[in-house]
Amino acid sequence: MARYVSIWFPHLTTDRLVLKRPELAGTPFVLAAPSRGRVVVKAASAQARGCGIMEGMVVADARAVLPSLEVIEDDAELAEKLLNALAKWTLRYTPLAGIDLDDGLILDATGCTHLWGGEMAYLKDIVARLKGSGYDARAAMADTIATAWAVCRYGKSERIVAPGAQLDALQALPPMALRLEQITIEKMYKLGFYQIKSFVYIAPSVLRRRFGQALLDRLGQALGHVHEAFEPIQPPEPFTERLPCLEPIRTAPGIEIAMQKLLEMLCSRLAKEGQGVRKAVLKCYRIDGEMQQVEIGTSFASCSAGHLFKLFELKIPTIEPALGIELFVLEAPIVEPLGEQQDQLFNLGAANKWVEIAELLDRLVARAGPDISHRYLPAQHYWPERCTIEAATLKEQPQTPWRIDRPRPVHLLPEPQRVEVSAPVPDYPPMLFRYQGEVHKIKRADGPERIEQEWWIQEGLHRDYYTVEDEAGARFWIFRLGHYQDDNKPEWFIHGYFA
Amino acid sequence: METATDKNELITRLRAEILSLQGMRVASHHKQMGTGLGPIQDAFPQGAFPVGAMHEFISTDQGQSAATSGFMAALAGFLMKQDGICLWVGMQRTVFPPALSFFGLAPERVIFIDVKKERDLLWMIEEGLRCQALSAVVGQVQEIGLTASRRLQLACEQSRVTGLLHRINPRSMNPVAAVCRWQISPLPTEGQNELPGVGHPRWNVQLLKIRNGQPGSWQVEWQNQNLKSIITQDSQDKGELLQVG
Repeated sequence: MARYVSIWFPHLTTDRLVLKRPELAGTPFVLAAPSRGRVVVKAASAQARGCGIMEGMVVADARAVLPSLEVIEDDAELAEKLLNALAKWTLRYTPLAGIDLDDGLILDATGCTHLWGGEMAYLKDIVARLKGSGYDARAAMADTIATAWAVCRYGKSERIVAPGAQLDALQALPPMALRLEQITIEKMYKLGFYQIKSFVYIAPSVLRRRFGQALLDRLGQALGHVHEAFEPIQPPEPFTERLPCLEPIRTAPGIEIAMQKLLEMLCSRLAKEGQGVRKAVLKCYRIDGEMQQVEIGTSFASCSAGHLFKLFELKIPTIEPALGIELFVLEAPIVEPLGEQQDQLFNLGAANKWVEIAELLDRLVARAGPDISHRYLPAQHYWPERCTIEAATLKEQPQTPWRIDRPRPVHLLPEPQRVEVSAPVPDYPPMLFRYQGEVHKIKRADGPERIEQEWWIQEGLHRDYYTVEDEAGARFWIFRLGHYQDDNKPEWFIHGYFA
Repeated sequence: METATDKNELITRLRAEILSLQGMRVASHHKQMGTGLGPIQDAFPQGAFPVGAMHEFISTDQGQSAATSGFMAALAGFLMKQDGICLWVGMQRTVFPPALSFFGLAPERVIFIDVKKERDLLWMIEEGLRCQALSAVVGQVQEIGLTASRRLQLACEQSRVTGLLHRINPRSMNPVAAVCRWQISPLPTEGQNELPGVGHPRWNVQLLKIRNGQPGSWQVEWQNQNLKSIITQDSQDKGELLQVG
């Protein structure tokens, strides 16, 4: 059965202003914005309200009441921004929190309250913390969003509506508590319906004829006959584990223990469903309201708590606990079914050998970033820079054999380097070349092997490659770019070293 | 006479034990290396290439570095046989994967780790050496101290993975805790049947240090996926000249 909490901030924007500008505390001020050619009060501070200044008053009238009134320009988007930030903060109480414009929040507290020791303690904790940080707040809990909303704003004393007791709670509240349109409310007052109990027992067909379907819908939502949806600010992750801490955690061993507990919970759940983690995020909520987050990825679906812990362990130094972490949340945004997949890889005898290597790579990647590990497969190109292609997965096997019919150097320079040569006749290998200030006299040479540019990929001159060996026995791969022509001497490059 | 043979047996057994205590355990059957090393094989204690240990290679210029890469690829190929996987860790990778197949090492079985920060390099080599599923780990470093190398050697001994540590252009030849120190330099080749052109790769393989073994130097040629000794006077002279110069 669902339980919802509605939180109401009666003075959201003025509270925020006092927090931002402490000198305003205790002074009468209003937030005002122009509307239809006049400047109208949008929100008033406690002192201003005490002098009779209300929302909706024209600022000129308010000034007449209180000449020392300070008028501050209102930011229309401030409320939504504030509510979004507050909703993020309340994620420590429930994974499902939504904003309720203009001045409230909605939390789905189903199954969360026992962690705080009961519903009363849960609500008290929320309100006490909000008040402690400077926001005036009221909260109420009920089976439906509409009832929680009504009790929060119009209820007299009782803040928690027992399961199934919506009707009793609503009886004494005014019709406004049902979030009706202004015109309906006026009609009701005209007819003498000052409380919900005066019309809630009237037959629906009669109510519909008088007030329209909207009233019936609102009543149904409040009583739980009609479902009411709300939009959580963060869509819930299907695989999430939470660990609130009694005492704030500040030490690395403490974080380790929390990680291990969460991973055990998550992995036992994943194993039951035959799923494995590909990506996991650990969110650490600190008591100062900040959130620290570390992320790991795996190269294969894994539900081994030991392996995942090793990956997270590498990230512990990046978590800043500051004054302490009060809540850990472990999410697995990407999961994949575990399979008998990997046995075929590399024709390894045992599948666990593959798993070991994949786990090793995960650890290396977790330490130094994703682009450090490479494995290459042959590509069907002669051009040396293009003759390998990176394997996308550890499973991938070459489609074509590696070519060994042409000599290729064991070391290839990332970029061919210019060399100066003395070549006797066109198309003969050079007699000597100078590279990095050293002259290499060529004793033996093979070639040329002409490699053409692939014009459909890149334009350019062809290369004539020679395998040459100098007096000392060192072997090089050098090439001439383009043809000999009457007017220009072609350039020579060194591209690699043979073993 | 009987006692004499008993004694001999005892001594052989004790030698094997001492070797294993020194981190050179005799390879178990499935990890035993092939016999592709030819003449060099006899230099090792009990004639078996020490697997599950660190081998140190030193190169001082580009030619030596390339020759060392070729030789290491050949060694890794022997160690991996058909189904092994090798990790190649380094900061600036110049190895051209397709060329590894010339030395009997299937390039798709090599996982290259291109480390960006120097402080991660030794950690990654050690982490690789601890992974029993690998056959060999090639690490390219410039400087390494005795303590760091001892960590690597211990990791090797625990996991029985063979480590090939390539020290490129080290500032000093400081001792490290490896069982062998190798230096491979290229030698001038000879064309087959007096033909012109570049022949099979030839190296001067120097085994500068070997624990309980016989250091030496060999002129070898890489031919048909095997190392072959070359004994022509000409090349020997050249090799000696090289060493002198």
